[in-house]
Amino acid sequence: MFVVVSYDVASDERSGQRRLRRVARACQNFGQRVQYSVFECIVDPAQWVLLKERLISEIDPKKDSLRFYYLGSNWHRRVEHVGTKKPIEQDGPLII
Amino acid sequence: MKRHLNTLFVTTQGAYLSKDGETVTIKADGEVKLRVPIHTVGGIVCFGNVGCSPYLMGFCAEQGVSISFLTEHGKFLAKVQGPVSGNVLLRREQYRRADNPEQSANIARMILIAKIANSRSVLRRLLRDHASKVKTKTVDQAAQRLTAAIERLQDTELTLDTLRGIEGETASTYFGVFDNLITAQKSNFIFDKRNRRPPLDKVNCLLSFVYTLLMHDMRAALEVVGLDPAVGFLHRDRPGRYGLALDLMEEFRPFLADRLVLSLINLRKVNEKGFMAKESGAVWMDDETRKTVLVAYQERKQKELIHPFLKEKVTLGLLPWVQALLMARYLRGDIDGYPPFVWK
Repeated sequence: MFVVVSYDVASDERSGQRRLRRVARACQNFGQRVQYSVFECIVDPAQWVLLKERLISEIDPKKDSLRFYYLGSNWHRRVEHVGTKKPIEQDGPLII
Repeated sequence: MKRHLNTLFVTTQGAYLSKDGETVTIKADGEVKLRVPIHTVGGIVCFGNVGCSPYLMGFCAEQGVSISFLTEHGKFLAKVQGPVSGNVLLRREQYRRADNPEQSANIARMILIAKIANSRSVLRRLLRDHASKVKTKTVDQAAQRLTAAIERLQDTELTLDTLRGIEGETASTYFGVFDNLITAQKSNFIFDKRNRRPPLDKVNCLLSFVYTLLMHDMRAALEVVGLDPAVGFLHRDRPGRYGLALDLMEEFRPFLADRLVLSLINLRKVNEKGFMAKESGAVWMDDETRKTVLVAYQERKQKELIHPFLKEKVTLGLLPWVQALLMARYLRGDIDGYPPFVWK
């Protein structure tokens, strides 16, 4: 399934910067960064449980927020991109 | 059902692959070209001068991601394999059956029936779709010869040598009319007979390359289910040869590889400018063409079909894995016979 993860982590303090880095790292391990704090992840349900738990444990619920958008498995026609930095298609041919 | 995972192809010369967290990071010309999570990748294929960090190799081995190294032109060089995984009892059973000539012949027979039936389907599809453009009679005769071969293969007493004989005959029948299947760019893509190491014409060059890709997928699939890709039934043991991978590949050659090559030529996705001949007579394709073939191969693997035995929807990319699993179940005794893949 396709999940969009977006986050807002208060980074004015040292500890916030650390949380921000750790949240980004966790997202990177499962998906692709499409904007500064937006990741697109193609995960199976088991991987999603892992990622979600990891993200929730990293943030400080009093200062930060996480939003998950579930686009299911039929997501191709639900996503559109306009402008620069077009991301790669994660399930398309990966040829570098 | 297992998910069809992507294969990462690296053709950029001088690229370096490393592990970053749980991702594969590809650097080239001093910048990060791509970062992909390891969970979305089923295999990595490196062409030519592509480096790979030992930590990434170890991580891939742990995650069950296969890494193959090929020359720039697609010739297989090496692969990275982690600790031997899977069930030792299953592998022992595989060796026992491979040592037993009757059992081997029986499995080989099933695989050959499927291969020949699939070759025949390729011919018949041509007769159906392009009857006006081809020498219908020649192709039809070839299809009938393949039918006759399938009938001969119904005999359970055949020895491995006889089977190999029948395979050789049908292969030359099939490749004898293969040139007829090329319906566009006729003057530039001429197929006479199958040749390899090196391929001597453009069609053989394409075929060899796609077979190599298929081989990578098949071998990886066998390792995932815990079989030994080196010990085959039809193909006998030889150092450096993946006998079982070659065995199971036979079913897919016509359906996946040959059809792909034909559609690349017939739909004019490749043209004669993308190939070059060496002094030795060997024909190579350029980077652009190689990329086109890889893209086409990857896209074909995304297509879905209903598996004739499982009656389940699977992507073509999962077919090698499904067949490897069925072979493992057969060897374990869960099913009575190995059901090869027959394209309908």
